[in-house]
Amino acid sequence: MGAVKETFDAATGEVAAQPGETHLAAVPFASRHIGPQPTDLADMLELLGHRSLDALVDAAIPEPIRLGRPLAIPAAKTEVAMIRELQELSKRNEVWRSFIGMGYHDCFTPPMITRNILESPRWYTAYTPYQPEISQGRLEALLNYQTMVSDLTGLPLANASLLDEATAAAEAMALTLAVLPPRRAPVFLVADSCHPQTIAVLRTRAEARGVRVVTGPVAGFRFGGDVIGALVQYPTTEGAVEDYRELCVQAHAHGALVTAAADLLALTLLTPPGEWGADICVGSSQRFGVPLGFGGPHAAFFATRDEHKRHLPGRLIGVSKDRDGRLALRMALQTREQHIRREKATSNVCTAQVLLAVMAGMYAVYHGPEGLERIALGVHRRTLRLARGLEALGHRIVHAHWFDTIVVEVAPSRRWGIDAALRERRINVRDLGPTRLGIALDETVSEQDLADLLAAFGSHGTPERLGAAEHRLPPALRRASPYLTHPVFHRNRSETAMLRYMRELEARDFSLTHTMIPLGSCTMKLNATSELAPVTWPRFQRLHPFCPPEQARGYHELFRQLEAWLGEVTGLPHVSLQPNAGSQGEYAGLLAIRGWHRSRGEDHRRVCLIPQSAHGTNPASAVMAGFEVVVVRTHAERGDVDLDDLRAKLAEHAGRVAALMVTYPSTYGVFEGGIRELCALVHEAGGLVYLDGANLNAMVGLCRPGDFGADVCHINLHKTFCIPHGGGGPGMGPICAAPRLAPFLPTHPVVPVGGDGGEAVVSAAPWGSASILPISWAYIRLMGPDGLALASKVAILAANYVAKRLAGAYPVLYTGAQGLVAHECIIDLRPFKASAGIDVEDVAKRLIDYGFHPPTVSFPVAGTLMIEPTESEPKEELDRFCDAMLAIREEIRAIEDGRADRDRNVLRLAPHTLLQVAATAWDRPYSREEAAFPSAETRLRKQWPAVTRIDGAWGDRNLVCTCPPMEAYAGQS
Amino acid sequence: MEFPSDLRYTADHEWLRAEGAEAVVGITAFAVDQLGDVVYVDLPQPGTRLFAGAPFGTVESVKSVSELVAPVDGEVVGVNAGLADHPELVNQACYGEGWMLRIRPADPAQAAALKSADEYRALVGG
Repeated sequence: MGAVKETFDAATGEVAAQPGETHLAAVPFASRHIGPQPTDLADMLELLGHRSLDALVDAAIPEPIRLGRPLAIPAAKTEVAMIRELQELSKRNEVWRSFIGMGYHDCFTPPMITRNILESPRWYTAYTPYQPEISQGRLEALLNYQTMVSDLTGLPLANASLLDEATAAAEAMALTLAVLPPRRAPVFLVADSCHPQTIAVLRTRAEARGVRVVTGPVAGFRFGGDVIGALVQYPTTEGAVEDYRELCVQAHAHGALVTAAADLLALTLLTPPGEWGADICVGSSQRFGVPLGFGGPHAAFFATRDEHKRHLPGRLIGVSKDRDGRLALRMALQTREQHIRREKATSNVCTAQVLLAVMAGMYAVYHGPEGLERIALGVHRRTLRLARGLEALGHRIVHAHWFDTIVVEVAPSRRWGIDAALRERRINVRDLGPTRLGIALDETVSEQDLADLLAAFGSHGTPERLGAAEHRLPPALRRASPYLTHPVFHRNRSETAMLRYMRELEARDFSLTHTMIPLGSCTMKLNATSELAPVTWPRFQRLHPFCPPEQARGYHELFRQLEAWLGEVTGLPHVSLQPNAGSQGEYAGLLAIRGWHRSRGEDHRRVCLIPQSAHGTNPASAVMAGFEVVVVRTHAERGDVDLDDLRAKLAEHAGRVAALMVTYPSTYGVFEGGIRELCALVHEAGGLVYLDGANLNAMVGLCRPGDFGADVCHINLHKTFCIPHGGGGPGMGPICAAPRLAPFLPTHPVVPVGGDGGEAVVSAAPWGSASILPISWAYIRLMGPDGLALASKVAILAANYVAKRLAGAYPVLYTGAQGLVAHECIIDLRPFKASAGIDVEDVAKRLIDYGFHPPTVSFPVAGTLMIEPTESEPKEELDRFCDAMLAIREEIRAIEDGRADRDRNVLRLAPHTLLQVAATAWDRPYSREEAAFPSAETRLRKQWPAVTRIDGAWGDRNLVCTCPPMEAYAGQS
Repeated sequence: MEFPSDLRYTADHEWLRAEGAEAVVGITAFAVDQLGDVVYVDLPQPGTRLFAGAPFGTVESVKSVSELVAPVDGEVVGVNAGLADHPELVNQACYGEGWMLRIRPADPAQAAALKSADEYRALVGG
């Protein structure tokens, strides 16, 4: 560019050529977060024929819903200042030694896993592996995880992880309900020795589904009648290892299923649930190298018998082959999932906790079975030494058999002194009443820790040593079967080998470090390093979720501020940070709506209206929250909700309408003009409006759901507020609610949170995945009100720029009144099926040859691509993408014109691997160069797909979901 | 696309072939084309009662799941057990080895009232 500098006024969006300093200097971080530079913005606006950014945004967003003022949040800080402020906040957290247990145990994350996975943008910025050809690395890592879970639980089929142990237990109940013959009034038995948060989450889920939960001692369980199943904890929440074999015999005799919530580390020493009769095994893999993080994120596991495979919740990775017959992995049996089954799905769960599951799987690869057993035995023997020491001091150990958790009974007269001595040594244990304390040890416990614990209970000496063979595991439940026998768990013992293995996997995947990931509805924006760095600070990582509140003052202050900011962003001031994913937010929000209707004596309002165009999760969540789904039509051409049909449905279900769920901007990526009227109609009918916040990135600082009529909405912090996608999790889906719903926000049985009228518990931890909340806090702090609004504006500009550049080559579907889209656009590829035999899949896979991660395929309209560029992509990248799309259009034209073969062409045979183009034989009617190097850019830097197009059907017909034997890889070179 | 003239068809893309007092039911070539590679077929047990227009099972491809809708009232007398291990038969021979149910229709007149091949072809624009 020339000497003239463009200035850009973030408040007004005016761009003008003026001499002097750029305005972006005053918004320093925003200029890093936002991809297009000021001169780019001017060029982009010019193409669109708009004078300024504000003029464009005013044309895109209907006038009546515009905010018209800056958000009332603190002004932006620089990265340095933000980090300083967050450090101060973190210092108010105190890291005590937590021996509380209850499903959360401190652990050592191997530093190489922290540095090369948890802190590596090549792992954490990847997306869910919907495009398996460019996701083989993390798919293999997840297959390792599934193999590990399957081996340790003794059940053949394990999924790629769920959100947390408590929701996994609820999913087990849902599976039980789905696979058994229908019962009039189903009953699910839950052992009172399960973790309290698990029982609470299960009760919430059961109530909405019409299942009665009966809690009590396992000894009192009776099967028959309407009893569909039982949940037991192994070892129990107090640490006791109980024998449930007879229970399983009884349950099976009556056609009921048994679910075990188990501890993975204990399973290295104990008979796995699959061997003693459990049908389902769930639990948390947190202690396999994933930090406590004040509650999350962690990967829960779910394993079951083969016969239940079609009802397995969540993602499942399976083995298949590509077109060349090479072994290739991809997500299997996707028809189980909510995006396809909608209201018929047994679960609304969308995502997994991929990054955390990868870490846990790598922990097992790193240690191998011998290492894991050594860790488990070490923990057990330290626990035994602690128990001996406590007994020697005159305290009683309550249970006979345990792994790493004991309950000690102390004389009431000694309790006060013990509590004080524990506090003095900065030790947390579990309070189980006036005379009982629970102590759970873990792999981090040192000799000093043992000595300190015993000292707090009155000892003055050092803990005694044990004989070699001593243990307190029940002899009848000692594990005999081998586990982790696959070579992957044996050949990476040296750090050199391990590092190369991790790098080898990582190199197969596309992430934001390679290319834009323009997935519509997914907002793959920048995950800035300064936002991510605090996640691994010990004062955020090492807090137990149930530690006393005075040790978490920094977290509490961060939550308070974040809640206030999110409340201001949405215009819905009451916030719950508990939901761990957008789907959980939907479920929590709908439960709040149900709670409100119930409080008014209107529990009969059970109809939930959902537009045809809604994401499949919406109807699945509605059913999970106990609602009946009624579909509202959307206009075929405009994509708007059909207000006439809405009126008709409201009249048809008068008096029974509980809620409408609506996505805004719509799933078609349009700011619908009728949104106010739509909300008003639902309110007039006595219902409330749930707003799906998936598309909030188009609205922040420009318009607010609470202002145009929404009563509650969720925010995908992993989309709009910069939490990375982690390759398919973690996410966070907090909900923001109007004052009338505040009493019904999620609560928690261990740590009081949420509203007074609330009974719903949706996550195991009170604040969900607390340790990733600093990411969103940091983003808002860095951007300030002007930066956030600017980001939304540029997101809208970028989508319209792409739409405009592609419009001549491809039909752009759905635009608003002014011919503009919101923050994403849909291009139609259906016409090419007839003209060239090319479908959307062919174009998506061809984009991989051009070095791009394809956009969203066939959602919300089959046969289309939905493109969301986000504000973070530089104009050069947008242009590179558009150039690739236009070049692909010419490749299609060559087929249409008969210049290229209809079957054997660069699109139908995409993507092209290095092996293919380097092979001696090449019999295709196009050149190798056309295949693999279709653009100048790819000749400079080329990221190859690891495999060519995958035969998904073959893998679904021949399901294999654990690591295949080494012979399967043989002969592939 | 092939729609044999000796079969009757429904708007839900099932076909029915009358064989004496019994009939065989499957899905049409159009349905197969829409589904893509079939990976699983969920069929009812013999003895199950069928009601015209009501779902009796599901057919799954890699990326979609569709309900199978009974063409007529009746009772299931047999199912194609081969589909359990070889769902691809539906793709390979939807009017032959990829059949799904053998049923005993309650009222033969119902079957006669279904669409002819020509009527069905007109419906799907084939």
